[in-house]
Amino acid sequence: MIKRFLETVGEYFIFLGKVFSKPAKRSEFFRRLIDEMNSMGVGSLLIVCIVAICMGSVITTQTALQIESPWIPKWTLGFTVRTSVVMELCPTIITLLLVGNLGSRITSEIGSMRVTEQIDALEVMGINPASFLVLPKIVAALITIPILIIIAIFFALVGGYITVIVTHVSSPYEFYDGLTSFFRMYDLVYVLTKTTIFAFVLSSVSSFYGYRIKGGALELGKANVNGIVVSSFIILVLNLVITSIML
Amino acid sequence: MIELHNVSKYFGERQVLKSINTQFEEGKVNLIIGRSGSGKTVMMKSLIGLLVPEEGEILYSGRNFNQFTAKEKQDLRTEMGMVYQGSALFDSMTIQENVMFPLTMLTDQKYDEKLERVNFCLKRVDLEGTNSLFPDELSGGMKKRAAIARAIACNPKYLFCDEPNSGLDPKTSLLIDELIFEITHEFGITTVVNTHDINSVITIGETISFVYQGTLAWRGDKDHVLTSDCETLNDFIFAQPLTQRIRDLS
Repeated sequence: MIKRFLETVGEYFIFLGKVFSKPAKRSEFFRRLIDEMNSMGVGSLLIVCIVAICMGSVITTQTALQIESPWIPKWTLGFTVRTSVVMELCPTIITLLLVGNLGSRITSEIGSMRVTEQIDALEVMGINPASFLVLPKIVAALITIPILIIIAIFFALVGGYITVIVTHVSSPYEFYDGLTSFFRMYDLVYVLTKTTIFAFVLSSVSSFYGYRIKGGALELGKANVNGIVVSSFIILVLNLVITSIML
Repeated sequence: MIELHNVSKYFGERQVLKSINTQFEEGKVNLIIGRSGSGKTVMMKSLIGLLVPEEGEILYSGRNFNQFTAKEKQDLRTEMGMVYQGSALFDSMTIQENVMFPLTMLTDQKYDEKLERVNFCLKRVDLEGTNSLFPDELSGGMKKRAAIARAIACNPKYLFCDEPNSGLDPKTSLLIDELIFEITHEFGITTVVNTHDINSVITIGETISFVYQGTLAWRGDKDHVLTSDCETLNDFIFAQPLTQRIRDLS
């Protein structure tokens, strides 16, 4: 089992070596990059916004229920919601959501190209399929996922604010005051660092599992599941590591 | 010319190709024939470098393909066209984009020049007017023809076809065979076709390599394939009741 694990890790790094080689045609790379950014960003925007609003709303309601004591300042609700949403919930939960959405799409797309010999066709044409297919996806993920997370943070805070207005768990002014209190620029650096690393893991691991498929449709299904499980696991472990290092 | 010298390929303990010696002649349609599982596809994949044989040499114009540098292999591959069993057209692209793809990736031609070439290739395979269709909108035979158009777009020196007739009706199979034969001679391409279609064997097989259980059991051409003394070849050629009956009648 250890041997198999080490072999897979080795294969992954060899795969990355192939991916990060010079694109055969720069204009074609940028065309594919724009396509990927469009499909990843625009394609996931709606689901990300809906989940973020719900998450912001739930965390506001739950936090309000826990801090009903008169000794706790009123702005604490907004501050706690902002800290939870910005530092942890949006970067991690939304990325895990994107693993299921974007990751499985990447694995299926590349895997079905492998099964139907389209990747072999690229190779026989003298084109590096790993670089041609995967590099635009990784670069697009590195650009779009941090942007999606920032948008998600905004909508989660809006969700919390709407909840305050609708349920009167706090006054909107105090909630807003809490949201804007004690903000550190370093928090944003921490969030963007984390999401950029998560974006790389999501796109590269999902592509790797699609690219190495041998066999048919059954293998495609297995690869999809493995891609999601392994990406999620690595993201959760890295979350722990990055948090320990940066905070 | 492509030559195979003592080529052996293993998958784990299992030897799939056993010291194969054969050659594929320039400007001709060269067939690799044999039963399913005999090693034809492995041989084809070894020829184009998708598999690396453990033993032996594959020579392209006298040079050992497996000793080429990555750059040399890439350069040689730009001279290859390949038609896959399942066509392997890119589903997200239209037929025009599929045929134009190798031109975009491998040449510096302007759009108009590429479009002219695409239309020429589509006309040559009798697929005019299908530019804006997607592969899913084509029949099996049309997909094969589109794959041939893509394979010849860059004027290849070598054309490889992996079971181009599989899944097609006899009439369409014949059309595909004729197309491959005509294109080979029209453009002076060295074509290697992997098939188990007897019609192809007797109509377009200018050289035939018969593979049986990983070994080269017979080598010849279409004029001698029906009268050979090779028992395993005869078992293969006359396996169908129809061919048996024709043999008995003659």
